[in-house]
This record gives sequence, C-alpha cells and structure tokens, in this order.
Amino acid sequence: MSTLSAPKTAGAPGKGSTTDGNRDSYGDAARRERRRSTALGLLAWVVGVVFCFPALWMFLTSLHSESDAATNPPSLTAPLTFDNYSGFFGADGGASPWPPLINSVTASLFSTLFVLVLALPAAYALSIKPVRKWTDVMFFFLSTKMLPVVAGLLPVYLFAKNVGMLDNIWLLVILYTSMNLPIAVWMMQSFLADVPVSIIEAAQVDGARLPTVLMRVVAPVAAPGIAATALICFIFSWNELLFARVLTGVTAQTAPVFLTGFVTSQGLFLAQLCAASVVVSLPVLAAGFAAQDKLVQGLSLGAVK
Amino acid sequence: MSTSVSDAPAAPPEPSAPAASRPPAGRGPGRAREWATRAPLLPALIFLIAVTQLPFVATLFISLFDWNSLNPDARSFSGLANYGEVFTDADLRDSVFTTMLLTASVVIVSVVLGLLLALLLNQRFKGRGLVRTLLITPFLLVPVSAALLWKHVLYNPEYGLLNGGWAWFTGLFGVETPTQPDWISDMPLLAVEAALVWQWTPFMMLILLAGLQSRPLDMMEAARLDGANAWQMFAFLTLPHLRRYLELGVLLGSIYIVQNFDAVFTITAGGLGTANLPYTIYQTFYQAHEYGLASAAGVVVVIGTIVIATFALRVVSSLFSEEASRA
Repeated sequence: MSTLSAPKTAGAPGKGSTTDGNRDSYGDAARRERRRSTALGLLAWVVGVVFCFPALWMFLTSLHSESDAATNPPSLTAPLTFDNYSGFFGADGGASPWPPLINSVTASLFSTLFVLVLALPAAYALSIKPVRKWTDVMFFFLSTKMLPVVAGLLPVYLFAKNVGMLDNIWLLVILYTSMNLPIAVWMMQSFLADVPVSIIEAAQVDGARLPTVLMRVVAPVAAPGIAATALICFIFSWNELLFARVLTGVTAQTAPVFLTGFVTSQGLFLAQLCAASVVVSLPVLAAGFAAQDKLVQGLSLGAVK
Repeated sequence: MSTSVSDAPAAPPEPSAPAASRPPAGRGPGRAREWATRAPLLPALIFLIAVTQLPFVATLFISLFDWNSLNPDARSFSGLANYGEVFTDADLRDSVFTTMLLTASVVIVSVVLGLLLALLLNQRFKGRGLVRTLLITPFLLVPVSAALLWKHVLYNPEYGLLNGGWAWFTGLFGVETPTQPDWISDMPLLAVEAALVWQWTPFMMLILLAGLQSRPLDMMEAARLDGANAWQMFAFLTLPHLRRYLELGVLLGSIYIVQNFDAVFTITAGGLGTANLPYTIYQTFYQAHEYGLASAAGVVVVIGTIVIATFALRVVSSLFSEEASRA
C-alpha cells in the first residue's frame, strides 16, 4: 500500500522518471504498479458508491412520486419530479416547515456568533499571550464537553420553566453557545498559535489595544481557521435534537424536531419524508463539503493537525 | 489594564513553548499584568461554568431527593436511594448495559471499517476527492435525517430498500417470495447499531486518514528499500504510528456515542430493549416526571463518561504535549 504512496514525490528514483538504460526492469514494475493502482482505485469507487448508496437513494426517492417510491422491488427508472419539494414547502395538509427552519437558522447563526465572540479572546489568552497553566485551562474547557448534556437537562428545564423561557429560541441559543464553546476554544487555540507574534507586537507598539489587535491583526490572519470553527459550531447547533426536543414546543421548534414530528403528523409519505430530510440536511452537507479537511481537526478538538 | 498589555513586548512569550513563559513573581506590576493576560479568558470561562457546571451541581442535588413532579408535595430527601434504584430497577439496569453494548459495538466496528476505508483512500487513484466526499456524506447528514432514512427507507419491511433489493436480487434467480425480515422488530439493537456504524465510520476514516498522511515518508521509503513487504510495513510502521489516532478515534467516538439520543429516539423510540441511558433519562424525567431518579441516572452517565474521559484526556494530552514541544 505504501509503495503506492511513494510516487507522490515526482521524479523519485525508479518512478515515472525511468532513464533509457533501465527502462525494461523498471517498466515492468511500473506497469504492475499501474495495474494495481487502477484495481485499487476501482475498488475504492465501488466501496464509496455502496457506502453512500442509502443517502443517494434517499435523494433519488425524494424525486419520485409517492406511488413510485413505495414499490417493492424499488424502481430506478420512474420519472423524476420536484413535487415532493414543492409539497413540503407548500405544506400539503401539515404544518409549514418555514418556522422550524427559521428557528434553526436563528439558533445556529446566533450561537455561532456568540461562540466566536467568546472564544476568540479566550484562545488569544491561551495561545498568543498564554496565561499560566494554560494547558490546565484547555483541559477544563475540554472536560465540560465530556459532561453528557443529558445530565444537566432537568435543571435547565426547571430553570427555563420558572423564568418562562420554555419554547423560546434564545434559550437554545445560550445552550448551543455553551455546547460549542469548548470545541471552538480548542480549535482557535491551535489556529491562533500559528499567528506570528511579531505582527501582534508591532501593533501593540503602535498603541493598539486588545480588541483592536484581535479584530485588525489576529482575525484576518487566522480567518480560514475561524471560518472552519464557525462552520463546525453551525453544524453541531443545526443537528442538535435532545435540548430542542425537551425545551421547545410549537413556536421555537427547530428543524430536527420538526422532522421527527413530520412522520407522525403526515402519516408515512416516503418520498416527501426523503425530500424533507434532504432539505434539512442540505445546509450541513454544504458546510461539511466546504470544510472537509478542517472538519476532522475540529471534531477531534484540534488534536489532529 | 490595557496599559500593561501594551508594554508586554518587554517579556515576549513564545507561543510555541508557552508553558515556559512565566510572568515575574511578586506583587505590583507583575500581578496586574497577570490579570491582564487572564482577562480575555474570563468571559468564556464564566459563561461556561454558569451554563454547564451549575446545572450539573443541581442535578447532583436533585438526585438525592425523592421527587415526582406530578406529586410535588411528597418531595423528600432520600439519600442515595435513587442510585440504588438505578442499579436494581430492571429497566434502568438494562439501559446501562444497552448503553455499554451499543457504544462498544458501534465504536469497534466503525473504527475497523474506518481503518480499512482510510487505507483504501490513502492510495492514489482518479477521483479520490470525489470518493472521499461520497464516503463522508453519511456523517454529514443531520442525525435525525439519517435515522429516519434507515428506519423508513431502508428497514421498512414492505418497501424498504433492504427487502426490496433482496427481492429484486432473488427475483433474478426465479425466487418470487424470498424471506422479508422486519428488520427493526426482528433485530432492534442491531438495526440501531448498523445505522450508527454507517454514520460514524466516516469520522473514524477522517481521523485515521489524517494519521496515515502524517506518516514520515522517509522512514517508509527506507523500510521499503530494506526489503520490508507491505504487511510488515503496515504491522511495524503504520499501525504503531496510527496508535494515537486510533485511540483518539475510539475515545471521541465513545464520548459521542454514549450520549446518543437521536438514533434511539427515532428508530425504535427506545422500544424492544434498545433504550440507552440518555433515552431512559429523557423518558424518566419528561414522561414519567421522576425528577430524582432521572437525575441519579444522569449522574451515573457522568461517572461512566468520566471513566472514559480520563483515558481520553491522557491520550489528548500526549498529542498535545507533542504539539507543544514541536518546533
């Protein structure tokens, strides 16, 4: 396997850059290797398509009519239609999906914004001008992530009930902010550690204060990392179900909660369910495809570079 | 405060080895400077403590009470009785075992599959980026969507893809009425596990792929020139190098899957012996209104997670010190 990863360096001895003198001996090996690499590539494609097939199938089903979707064996050649999507947004006989989608956008965007506002200075204090025992502080942040949300759910519910914040989207904003803050601090710490100290010092010599330094010097340099952090926070907030399920009702319902209720209120319309699932997943899919590389780094809390 | 920040160049801390930078000991300006460096940290720290730690303390407190919200007058201090019930009540005890079984099986299977996929994807072939995108798609579906997809589109006994595909396949050989299992009622836990493995394998693959790509190429090349075959290189070079990444995948996977709610809630609604602790807690407090009992179960989840997390922190801290000592 690793024999194949070697040719990455173009012109490595014996690979691609065969000289006339030893073309025969190397030519054979190169041919063998090419064949093997073609076979493995083919295998990878088959595995990839098979693995992704349920998701592709969901998308295909969303483009079929209900009667075509519910055939057994499944029909591949049925005519395609966008009726399920227009039906979903037109809310055929059910609740409109717009309020939950808007709630999800609100909760995800605002919590992400708050996370960035809180995490950027914290990451600055942990990487650029590190406080003493900064690793201990990092581990404290991480440890809050390891506290299962379900263990704090009841007090949060009671608190919300007593102050009248049940079914209020801003309660989710606060909770999602706390849920994503540790990850964001970890990610940003590793991104900010890459910012050259000299340019920060230059700004400070010029009399810039901390907020200016953060906004004018640090943020632009670390922009790609900050964007990746924001995407991951957005994805986590968008996906969250347990808090949303317990703490919201009708007005503050989010898209995942809507999706779970969609089946029961509509009966089972397979094609429309698929369309609904695609719509709700679309923002996350787009964000995830855009940030594939950063995704793993963020999910492993900055530990894997 | 900010004045002392601006005179910081007098003692520039090295970001690559920050643990070594210590403000001068003593009072006066040193102490003020220390507070100035701490100040940016405080909003995040205070917010996090207030929103995550305080509720847990409250949970700890409530777990010591016999408290059913439908019968609020009968609330009384009951000591550790709720904990006794968590381990003796058949349903709760079962959900402890279900949680362990679910977590362990999903993590192990998805790590093994993730490793195979990562090895495959580490090869050079045409359209590698596209295949990678295909492979991570399951992980990017909203968990509820993925669970609904498995429940209705794949497992449905009448027109699910699994039975439909099977019927089509046997139809090719002239078998008109093949066995059509009702996946969710016949093998409920396996049904949930399969859906979770499908979702988590890409995560493991991404972590392990990052590990594979950070292998020191010169060492691989040297081993190859010394005549090591592919298996030897895998067993003696790749696998030891991947150890940290494997551990990280296992531990992060465990932490996320122990907490899984979406799949259990959506696919089986906790029925047929698939209720894990998060789902049981949700039910105990949200439907049965047993606040004290739910809190005790919550504390048990935390203790379980702390056991995993202790190992996780050790692993992450070793990765971390590696990063800190780098350069």
